[in-house]
Amino acid sequence: MSGIQEHGDDHGHHHKETFVTKYIFSQDHKMIAKQYLITGLIMGFIGIAMSLMFRMQLAWPGQSFAIFETLLGKWAPGGVMDADVYLALVTIHGTIMVFFVLTAGLSGTFSNLLIPLQIGARDMASGFLNMISYWLFFLSAVIMLCSLFVEAGPASAGWTVYPPLSALPMAQSGSGMGMTLWLTSMAIFIASSLLGSLNYIVTVINLRTKGMSMTRLPLTIWAFLVTAIIGVVSFPVLFSAALLLIMDRSFGTSFFLSDIFIQGEVLHYQGGSPVLYEHLFWFLGHPEVYIVILPAMGIVSEIMANNARKPIFGYRAMIMSIIAIAFLSTIVWGHHMFISGMNPFLGSVFTFTTLLIAIPSAVKAFNWITTIWKGNLQMNPAMLFSIGFVSTFISGGLTGIVLGDSTLDINVHDTYFVVAHFHLVMGISALYGLLAGVYHWFPKMFGKMMNKNLGYVHFWITAVCAYGVFFPMHFVGMAGVPRRYYENTAFPMFDELTDVNILITVFALVAGLAQLVFVGNFIYSIFYGKKAEQNPWKANTLEWTTPVEHIHGNWPGEIPHVYRWSYDYSKTKENGEYVLPGQDYVPQNVPLQDGEEALEH
Amino acid sequence: MDTTVKTGTEENVWGGGSDKKPLGASYGKMMMWFFIVSDALTFSGFIASYSFARFKFADSWPIADEVFTHIPLFHGNYPMIYVAFMTFVLIMSSVTMVLAVDAGHKMKKNSVIWYMFFTVIGGAIFVGSQAWEWATFIQGDYGAIETKGGRILQFVKADTGERAALKDFATPLDEERIDHTNSKGVWFFGETTLPSFSVNEVVTGFKANPNILVRTEDIVQEGERKGHKTLLNRSESLERLAGSKYVVEGANLIHNEYGNRLFADFFFFITGFHGFHVLTGVLINIIIFFNVILGTYERRGHYEMVEKVGLYWHFVDLVWVFVFTFFYLV
Repeated sequence: MSGIQEHGDDHGHHHKETFVTKYIFSQDHKMIAKQYLITGLIMGFIGIAMSLMFRMQLAWPGQSFAIFETLLGKWAPGGVMDADVYLALVTIHGTIMVFFVLTAGLSGTFSNLLIPLQIGARDMASGFLNMISYWLFFLSAVIMLCSLFVEAGPASAGWTVYPPLSALPMAQSGSGMGMTLWLTSMAIFIASSLLGSLNYIVTVINLRTKGMSMTRLPLTIWAFLVTAIIGVVSFPVLFSAALLLIMDRSFGTSFFLSDIFIQGEVLHYQGGSPVLYEHLFWFLGHPEVYIVILPAMGIVSEIMANNARKPIFGYRAMIMSIIAIAFLSTIVWGHHMFISGMNPFLGSVFTFTTLLIAIPSAVKAFNWITTIWKGNLQMNPAMLFSIGFVSTFISGGLTGIVLGDSTLDINVHDTYFVVAHFHLVMGISALYGLLAGVYHWFPKMFGKMMNKNLGYVHFWITAVCAYGVFFPMHFVGMAGVPRRYYENTAFPMFDELTDVNILITVFALVAGLAQLVFVGNFIYSIFYGKKAEQNPWKANTLEWTTPVEHIHGNWPGEIPHVYRWSYDYSKTKENGEYVLPGQDYVPQNVPLQDGEEALEH
Repeated sequence: MDTTVKTGTEENVWGGGSDKKPLGASYGKMMMWFFIVSDALTFSGFIASYSFARFKFADSWPIADEVFTHIPLFHGNYPMIYVAFMTFVLIMSSVTMVLAVDAGHKMKKNSVIWYMFFTVIGGAIFVGSQAWEWATFIQGDYGAIETKGGRILQFVKADTGERAALKDFATPLDEERIDHTNSKGVWFFGETTLPSFSVNEVVTGFKANPNILVRTEDIVQEGERKGHKTLLNRSESLERLAGSKYVVEGANLIHNEYGNRLFADFFFFITGFHGFHVLTGVLINIIIFFNVILGTYERRGHYEMVEKVGLYWHFVDLVWVFVFTFFYLV
């Protein structure tokens, strides 16, 4: 068998690893994945804590809380939250959750962990660049957190940092050093994301093991590959916008600024256009939401098929819809700008392209539902979160149809309706994907099992509270309450919504507490969890053929060859017996058996 | 089981396995390709922004033929000659890069050394020329007046139709100029350098010299002067000059004697960003050049590194073709 020579290059010659090369500047993809996960979770903890604080302000405006005084110091004199810091909290919450948790924390963790393991590779194409990618991410996270401690406050122009608020240092307190650090952090983040994405793409293209054709790849890998491609295409445009913005801020150019008066004096800026910034930003910004959601979709597809003990329904349709979503995501950015002053004709074009995305999204949703249809469901926490994902993706996606239509959008633009929509469809959904992934691959990452019962507690409280937060929020938005307002007490028409806001905040606080169950479970299980077996979920994919103990190079001997796709669950021979006797799954490295029919999927 | 188990994907180039390279490229080369895709989109962002601004001010955008007219050591009007030279040098350096890559395939170390050397020299000439081009642009040639509304007024000799420099007609006046300082407590803008003439001197000179006319930024849309900047008569000129605010000589990110300041902003930014790419390209080429001399790739058995930096170098050239087209030609 010729494969022995080809795969004989087992990197078994272990160098003596020091603490630094093993845990800090590691070039091993499994360690880098853990580094991403833990950094992402810490950032997530901070981001969620911020949201709880501003939710408290919205429910009980102007009330004094000791916790505000403790955490916000001079920005909460007497425990009453200051309006400036409210804006800062909203801005940094958005930035951290979108970029640091759901982009780097999700795709960074699982792409790094799963790509080499599931395609049968010893490591990423370039372990060195992979390491650089993580450390740039770490650096950008540190800079973002440092900006919280700037004298005048962190960036507070919203996570989209539209000029002129972001371009004129004197515009608001957060527009000074805080904004500079924000931009610096993002520029480094983009470099990190680019290096990571390049690695993911070339690893998937070049390093698949023998027999692992593109149509035998697990859907996770497809999702990570396409995510990385969108990242390579859209992040550089944000980089252009950021550079032009830096020029406007610091060197006096007029790219995004025109005719600005401050204190009766006209500034010299002339001819620029803030709408140009919006175009550049949203050319990234929209694909970004798919960068966030696609990895979650891949993870959910894999977990659902595994826990339903059924092949994924419509494998090729799943791949096609991922590609279609990725393509469409680059031509819909204008739907964020319906009221920006953009030409209304363009608005109708963007409405059309936006509504097209409903097609591949619906294909995916129906495929997930038909995958679990009549399945032998294993209700593990990962499966529960996957089902939760499909639920929130559908309920959040439906309002996307409303918002994608320019005629409907202008009525609810910048209200809590929008907030409810995108939190359900990309925030909560992607978070569920992340959590499902953690529960499912925890044994692979740490060699231990997480506690299932605590997982159930975590899931049910989170699921109920997430809907408890975001379902009523639709009605608040429909009533016209604008987002990003520090308090709505000046508008008597919103008085009757105060109770709803309190309800939302209580749900949010409970949901926040439920995450502590997860954190506790996570940390406890790393050290004292039940020892994992090699293949605890009886899955087909290659990562479960590696030993529980991590070794450099992943497989002790030869890399396994692949003979089938990754979804041969409950497959039977013509005589009705399982392909492998007494086992309802056939791992990818098992050759075609006698009497088994090779299916074209 | 049979010992010759097939995976079913043997004949398929995408079928996986360490001998299969679906796109026929090593991972390093492919990473360079995808990096180029990414970088190309950054440049697209800039060029789209430039087009956006230019389209918005299509009827008053500076005419490139009137801006880039200098070549070193010579006086006179040579539109586009020097930038054409720069472009030629850069494209030739791409040619030598191709030859270097080709020599690398044939494992001819000495040829690679020479071709890499010429590539580095070509790149260095380009960056140097760019620096000269910037210096000339910053220094300016004729000078102009900026009005309160931020518009630029240039001057033309009525008899010959040639551009008139400020020094040709401005009348030096013995003016006392009050320097504002912090200690005097007046609200003021900080100043860096003063232009050679004050607004008053230019306007006085203009009034004294009937042969000078004002030319505005607006491009004539029809008639025999179609495509040229609008020329005002004496009385219109005087009327426009009443709104004079600054004397502008040369260009920077805030003022621009050639017309719309966005022209200068984008010129500096995009050629600067491109120049930065060329500079890094030259530095990387120098590193590779020395590696070739040291025999690193000879020992490695292949010159793929030369190929990878070659990809980057060609990309930088290609971007220049676009920059050249959008800034200088159209």
